[in-house]
This record gives sequence, C-alpha cells and structure tokens, in this order.
Amino acid sequence: MATNQPQHTNLRYEVELRGLRSGLIEMGGLVEGQIAEAIQSLIDRDSARARATITRDHEVNRMDVENDERAIRLLALHQPAAGDLRFITTALKITTDLERIGDNAVNVCERVLELNEEPQLKPYIDLPRMAAIAQTMVRDSVDAFMRNDPELAQRVIDRDDEVDSLNYQIYRELLSYMAEDPGTIPRATRILFVSKYLERVADHATNIAEMVVYMVNGRSIKHLGHVS
Amino acid sequence: MTDKLVVRGLQAWFGRNHVLHNINFAIADRNVTAIIGPSGCGKSTLIRCLNRMHEVTTGARCEGEVLFDGINIYDPEIDPVDVRRRIGMVFQKPTPFPTMSIEENVTAGLALNGVTLSRAQKEAIVEKSLRDAALWDEVKDHLRRPGTSLSGGQQQRLCVARALAVEPEVLLLDEPCSALDPISTARIEELLLELRERYTIAIVTHNMQQAARTSDFTAFMYAGDLIEYGETRQIFTNPTKRETEDYITGRFG
Repeated sequence: MATNQPQHTNLRYEVELRGLRSGLIEMGGLVEGQIAEAIQSLIDRDSARARATITRDHEVNRMDVENDERAIRLLALHQPAAGDLRFITTALKITTDLERIGDNAVNVCERVLELNEEPQLKPYIDLPRMAAIAQTMVRDSVDAFMRNDPELAQRVIDRDDEVDSLNYQIYRELLSYMAEDPGTIPRATRILFVSKYLERVADHATNIAEMVVYMVNGRSIKHLGHVS
Repeated sequence: MTDKLVVRGLQAWFGRNHVLHNINFAIADRNVTAIIGPSGCGKSTLIRCLNRMHEVTTGARCEGEVLFDGINIYDPEIDPVDVRRRIGMVFQKPTPFPTMSIEENVTAGLALNGVTLSRAQKEAIVEKSLRDAALWDEVKDHLRRPGTSLSGGQQQRLCVARALAVEPEVLLLDEPCSALDPISTARIEELLLELRERYTIAIVTHNMQQAARTSDFTAFMYAGDLIEYGETRQIFTNPTKRETEDYITGRFG
C-alpha cells in the first residue's frame, strides 16, 4: 500500500488498510520503547523500571492479536491483490517479529532483576554498544516499513553482522571471567543471556527489514546468504 | 509451450469509434488466458476478433493479424465459418436454442455446418460433449426435454457442450459466469481446468478472483490498450504496471 497511490474505491477497505498500518506503527513504537527501557534498566540496575517494562508487555501482546485480526479480516473480506496483498501478508509477519522483540525485552528485564540481586560483575562496555545498535535496527526497520523504504531496510540488514560479532566478543570475554573464577558463573551466564536476547532482537529487526524489501519490490531477499 | 493464437497489430472499430489500438500478444496452447479490465475497455471486442465474430456486427471492422497455428485468420482465402468452427465461443447469457431439445442443442452446430450423421454417431457426440461439459449425469435421462427447461448454470454448460460438439481447438468464453450463482460458477471453473488439458481457452471476465483462480496467463486491458500481459500469479502478486496494480487492488477512476 504505497502512500502515494490513489485511494481505494471501496472506502471501508481503505479505512481497514489504514487501520492495520497504524496498528503496526503504534506497536512498533511501543516495542522500540520496551527495548530502550530494558536496556536502561540493565545499565542503571533499576529493578522498578524492569518490572514496569515486564508489565507493559501485555499491551504488546494485545496489539499483536489486534493486528492479526485486522489482517485476517482484510484477507477474508476483500480478496486483496498485488501491493495490498504484499502489505497485508508482510503485516502478519511483522507483527509476530515485533511481538518477539517485546518478549526479548521482557527476558532482558527478568535477567536484570536476577543480576540486581548481586553486585555488578563488571562495567558494561560492549553490551550498551550492542544494545544501541539493536535498538536503532528496530527503529529503522519500523521506519522503513512506515515509509516503504527498501534502502533504509537494506541498511538495517547490513548492520546485523556487527551485532553478531559483538555478541561473540561478549561471549569470549565472559568465558575468561568464568574460567578465572567459577563464582562469577551465575552472573556471567545471565549477562550472556542478555547478549543473546539482544542478538535475537537484531535478527527480528532484520526479518522485518527483509519483509519490507519484499513488500516494496515484490521479490524475497530472505536467506540469500545461505543460497549457494 | 507454443502459442496457439498470435495477435499482431490488431485494431478494431465500431463505425468511427476506434475501440482497440494496436494489440499484440499471444494465447498459449492448452492454457487458460484471462482477459480482464473495466467495462468498455475492449476485452469482449478483442476475443470477438479472435474468431471473426467482431465483423458480424454492422459497422464493425478490424485490421491487423490473428495467427492461428501460424495462419492469419483474416487472410482473404480463409472462410470465417471454418474459423468459427475451430475457434468456438460461449457468451455471457446462456443461449440455448429455444425450440430445440437438449440433444438437438448439442448437435445444432454440426447441423449448421452441414454435417450429416447417423443416429448412433449423433448419440455418441451428444454423450461425449455433455460429458466434457460436465452436464451428462444431470441430463442423460431427459435429453428430449427443451434446452430452456434447464437451470441457468446447466444452460451455460449446455452451450459449452454445443461449442465442444464441433470439436474446436480453441474455446473463447465471454463472461460465461456473470449470470450464474456461485455453485454453477464453480462448476464452470472446474470445467475450465479439465478442458485446458485439451483445449486452448480464453476467458473474458469482470470477476478478478475468477481470473486469478482459473487462468494461467492474464491480460489487463484499459481503454482499448493492452496494458499488461503475464503469468497470472505474477499479475496478481506483483504486476509491473501501475495501471494494473490500481485496477486489481480496487483503485478505480
């Protein structure tokens, strides 16, 4: 549903398509906020903020269900084709990725609550960098969707490797802590989980970006790295 | 895949009204090609040019070539009656001949073509044609009843049987389901999928879902021009022309 196109003759269809679009944009904004809050609660060791973030996940889940219902209703009642069909099927997938990103934010917060039971293992250096990139990827993927912008989507996809290598770097560093002092294992493994959650967030943002490219260009670019 | 019909530089007029502008495309052998587009875009005129039915209307004429297995059907040496026998047509409204029985309707085309048949040959053709049109089981016990005694959907399948009786190679259908209910429509669509194994089919339809469901290729026409032609699955998921996109997603006018 390119924004520069004329309106649908069937106004109800037009209104429902716009409803789906704004539902996803709203959900994207909320999920972006959830990730930001989760990271802030980690850096500030702020348990109250972590708990509030966990509670807000219900809102994300509710939006996911609503977006699914909107998309299914559109498919059932309007037999969409071409660009509309790609928009609606993309929306169905994006809402799932956004919901998962929300779950990852909750998982980060759960580890934060556990980490806050003990003194901080080490000052965080790579983790905030990784978090910042993952967060930008989420924001840009939602923006790319909003603006039908495959170039921005491609930039999101290109950043995924950065996150993966930071994840590996964090893993190696934590491994050395654990080898040196087994007493750090409970904390180090939790930080390791946080790193993995952020890596997953970046993967979901990459999925969204790939779907945006499909939605705009009509050609799938998924798994191209794995095709010989 | 070979092309059964190749349309080259086809133009058509009704009097001074220029209704088809330089149409070029091909209809693939033993496939279903759907022609879609808004009312008045020239899609019916286009298929009527494919078996020389357009010129039957007073004041109507056309220019250009329609190659049927490589031979131009507009060549002066070609007999239009022979063209219409080999390229059959089914119309929007079911048109059984009102004074004829079901079986007489099926063999009407043969009779008009001056073919004389024995009783046994006739019965064989009636059964085969009605079976091919998926109507046999419903009418086999009352073949002598008038064709008009059938339901709308049955009448349309009777017209398909009548078209098939003369053993055409191509079947042209002009909005064959627009007067039918969804069940009768589904029967006709199922029939198309069976017939495409043996016949080349072109169908004009206003129903875009019908085009999407039944055809292998789709041509989109607008205001006398062929805007886009391609594989149906591509046209309905990722058309290349903005006009096609707007039409199939319901952005009219």
